[in-house]
Amino acid sequence: MRWLSKLFEFVGKVGLFSLRVIVDSFRPPFEFAQFFRQVAEVGNKSLTLIVVSGFALGAVMTLHTRSTLVMFGATAMIPAVQAVSFFVEIGPLVAGLLLAGRVGSGIGAVLANMRASEQIDAIESLSIDSFKFLVVPRVLACVIVLPFLTLFMDFSGLLGGLLSEGLSSHIGPTLYFNRAFDYLQWSNFIAPTLKTTVFGFIIGSVSSYFGYTTDKGAQGVGEAATNSVVLSSLLIIVADVLLIKCIFFLFPDTAI
Amino acid sequence: MSEPQTIAVEFKHVMKSFGAKHVLNDVSFHIDQGQAVCLLGRSGTGKSVTLKLIMALIRPDSGEVWVDQDNVIDMGEKRLSLVRKKLGYLFQDAALFDSLTLYENLALPLARLTKKSKDEIDDAVHRTLTDVGLGADGAKFPSALSGGMRKRAGLARALVLEPKILLADEPSSGLDRITASEIDELLMRRRDEHGTALIIVTHDVHGARRVADRIAVLDKGNLVAFGSVDEVSQSENEVARNLIKE
Repeated sequence: MRWLSKLFEFVGKVGLFSLRVIVDSFRPPFEFAQFFRQVAEVGNKSLTLIVVSGFALGAVMTLHTRSTLVMFGATAMIPAVQAVSFFVEIGPLVAGLLLAGRVGSGIGAVLANMRASEQIDAIESLSIDSFKFLVVPRVLACVIVLPFLTLFMDFSGLLGGLLSEGLSSHIGPTLYFNRAFDYLQWSNFIAPTLKTTVFGFIIGSVSSYFGYTTDKGAQGVGEAATNSVVLSSLLIIVADVLLIKCIFFLFPDTAI
Repeated sequence: MSEPQTIAVEFKHVMKSFGAKHVLNDVSFHIDQGQAVCLLGRSGTGKSVTLKLIMALIRPDSGEVWVDQDNVIDMGEKRLSLVRKKLGYLFQDAALFDSLTLYENLALPLARLTKKSKDEIDDAVHRTLTDVGLGADGAKFPSALSGGMRKRAGLARALVLEPKILLADEPSSGLDRITASEIDELLMRRRDEHGTALIIVTHDVHGARRVADRIAVLDKGNLVAFGSVDEVSQSENEVARNLIKE
């Protein structure tokens, strides 16, 4: 039973930490300079990874889809399948998981290092609220940047699919994109893209929690990085299930 | 008649524990403005905690901590920021912000805690960096600095607000004797030219003997000796006598 009480204690602490992020996001003074610095940091660090992964994933997925659809004589549907898969699920989820690995570990490690090297104490000694200065801008940057990275992932996936399908069936870009967007509705695109703001919040909050609250010195840096990735990824997958149910409820058309 | 000395920092019956560990046990002392006090003691006896209590980074379990006539216990953040403007803190490993250049490290407290214009901030940063011998290094990031340069940069950040009280946590640790002496010189110059009170945590007895007007010795959370170098050398407490031996 002890592990259960520890689990509840941990969940409570992470919950309170996340709640503080939300409250402090609306409480002045606002750290705009830090926020823009983090937006650039998160975006720059992840864009290449997202684009390359999306492109490769798109190409591979098209190859697999083709081998199945060819049996039904439905190869003309490949662009549509590709678009719906990427915009509805693959793009948001994979972009979230990649960001958790790339940025989540970085946030955890940087904040833990700042704690271990007394940089957070130094910030407090200047009467700067270290939570608002370090944590809030990082979480908000993840929330804002992830939907844009998801779009890059979606379109890279389509381009990867175009290359793969072009080599197989010599389909042109215009026809490919016309077919791709034929079955795509706004509700397939907007809601799944916006759900990544929740993924961004999870990545930012969980990673910041592990980094900001560590008290294990240098050893805590590695632990914070690892724990940030593991828990962020797990929570993203769990949240995805819940959010899909919400999207189906709010936009019943997308469930068909 | 000489003027009465202003008290810079005063501890009144301060107790502090972390869990079951008593770090400070009914500690009382005061430090006058313009005085240099070195805190000596074995590792884990509460020296760094004493500095953090003065800076109100942590709060005592009981007792009072006075900084320049203000009791910082239970003080709100707004009033605390006024008190912190009077304090400079040189952290053990300098604690420079890795993501900022040296210039930005020094400009940050000025931009946050004063109403100086951009030009005034530029002047103050350049002057302070020049004072510690880093005038040409403002554009460098902390990762590009040697250990001695980092310490001097940390000292520059602690001094940039021209504090009345400077707290230094092991300013000479990890440095060779010559660089440690240079840091000591900078500290003494600050005290002599600006009347800054210095509270220095150190294990360097040689440096402490040179710099300190008063020596305070902490052992197992108790203040076991407080006085001039000669007084502590003749203290009844064996730990204090041993610590002050060169």
